Amino acid sequence: MNQPQTMSQKILASRAGLPYVEPGAIVEAGLDMVLANDVSTPMAIRGFKDIGGEHVFDSSRVVLVADHFTPNKDVASALISKEMVEFASAMRLEHRFEGGSSGVSHVLLAEQGLILPGELVVGADSRTVTHGALGAFATGVGASDLAAALVTGRGWFQAPASIRVELGGELGPWIGGMDIALALLRLLGPEGAHYQSLEFFGPLLPRLSMEARMSISNLMVESGAKAALFPVDQVTTDYLRDKAKRSWRSVAPDPEAPYAKTIKLDVTGLESLAARPHRPHDVATARRAGYEPVNQVFIGSCAAARLEDLRVAAQVLAGRQVHPRVRLLVLPPTPRIMLQAVREGLVETFLAAGGVMGPPSCGPCMGGHLGVLAAGEVAVATANRNYRGRMGHPSSRIYLAGPAVAAASAILGRVADPAEVLS
Amino acid sequence: MISGMAWVFGDHISSDAIIPARFLHQRDSRSWAKVVLADLRPEFASQVGFGDFIVAGRNFGCGSSREQAPLAIKTAGVAAVIAHSFSRMFYRNAFNMGLAVFTCPEAAVRVHDGDRLRLDPYSGLIEDVEQQISFQAQPVDPYLTDLVSQGGLLKKIRKQITGHG
Repeated sequence: MNQPQTMSQKILASRAGLPYVEPGAIVEAGLDMVLANDVSTPMAIRGFKDIGGEHVFDSSRVVLVADHFTPNKDVASALISKEMVEFASAMRLEHRFEGGSSGVSHVLLAEQGLILPGELVVGADSRTVTHGALGAFATGVGASDLAAALVTGRGWFQAPASIRVELGGELGPWIGGMDIALALLRLLGPEGAHYQSLEFFGPLLPRLSMEARMSISNLMVESGAKAALFPVDQVTTDYLRDKAKRSWRSVAPDPEAPYAKTIKLDVTGLESLAARPHRPHDVATARRAGYEPVNQVFIGSCAAARLEDLRVAAQVLAGRQVHPRVRLLVLPPTPRIMLQAVREGLVETFLAAGGVMGPPSCGPCMGGHLGVLAAGEVAVATANRNYRGRMGHPSSRIYLAGPAVAAASAILGRVADPAEVLS
Repeated sequence: MISGMAWVFGDHISSDAIIPARFLHQRDSRSWAKVVLADLRPEFASQVGFGDFIVAGRNFGCGSSREQAPLAIKTAGVAAVIAHSFSRMFYRNAFNMGLAVFTCPEAAVRVHDGDRLRLDPYSGLIEDVEQQISFQAQPVDPYLTDLVSQGGLLKKIRKQITGHG
């Protein structure tokens, strides 16, 4: 009889071909999907060639997404995109996203049904943890890991201890995945889940949409978490029904699985939140987060700009005007979300309010392009990092919040709770 | 023994601070080395000596998974990073690419900026020459020691594939 295991242990053990893996042990395991973007691919291709790589391990299990600097911001980024396209075609990759098919990878891959429950996934992008929302053990690695993974289809992993996160209570109006994520970061702090994985439980889960789960998993990497897994339930099955590109099998933690600790969050009475500059864990209510004038609001990124989030932002902005000082930038993260936002009239709402629409791209989230901040400027972003200099000049300041707070802040020109606009 | 000067940094030094994303579309590690940590200490990149050390607080390298961060530090000539603790991905990337990193909370607290240090990379013994004190860094998993001794992940894989380094 094996010892009981967490969901993280079970996935790692299964992919390592072992019945059991002890937390702390290092194992080599087979990968179900390998993701790379335009920041990590060039280094990975160099590594791939250095080690004498000729073929990728499986042309259906490698995905290349040019998302950070798309549409190409300059000659250097255009050359990277070109190199990615050439590599993808030389390797006969089935999944390559560039130009008009491209979007923010972590939103795109889920939407395309390319990552499934119980899978072991690495991406040379820290936000790969997002796919924990689907019940995958998905984690960020560097370009060397990626190069090795492209050739061997394997990676090394230190099996993490897991923290049990219990979510309960009733969500109030305008409260969503981003607010829960920020509340958890406030609880955990920057090292609260260091080298560990988070596994979610609790009575709130059946009412937590896949979009909200993705926002939560996405942000958990700021607590140091290696992975952030939701259970595979009805929400997961419904989400994947018309998307999954492969068959999949459910996985669940054993009943007596060992958790390093348990943290509980009751969302009843939770107010809209915002993380203050320059730390994602420095979280306050949106009403009291800060009173400084805001210059830019960015609704986009892999954190909280999925269709559900755009609908929320449009509800707040409908029939209202963006503050004259504020640039409102809306970048729907995938072409499919953009199209649906057009069809539902959301884009018209954003434009009528005085916003600017941008293409699916990581864009300003990491200060790449399409909305970089000047010295001293202040932004509110539905993104996941607000470290100093992240979105442009080192003296600029970023608040992180969900789409309702971002939209309300665009209207009032300061960090605001949606209730301040709607009352 | 490696000998060099300590450059002391605080807690939660992010990969955005080590190598800001606005430089990531450049492709040459030497161009990254020229701007490494520039938003925090503009003089660092031009003044750091070959074999110097970064001594930092908690959660060094937090933030994105970019391998450009340890690569920029290594290319700038830094012999090793000694920190109270490291972010998961920075720690992983450092081993994969052969940048020596040592977890040593005591050194992180007590070493002063500009102190001359001596490090034995095999034992993890760190000596502060100025203050005449020494510290023992935490042991490293044998899998990772082996990874470093094989020259990093890619050299190890190349050996596996081709049968030679």
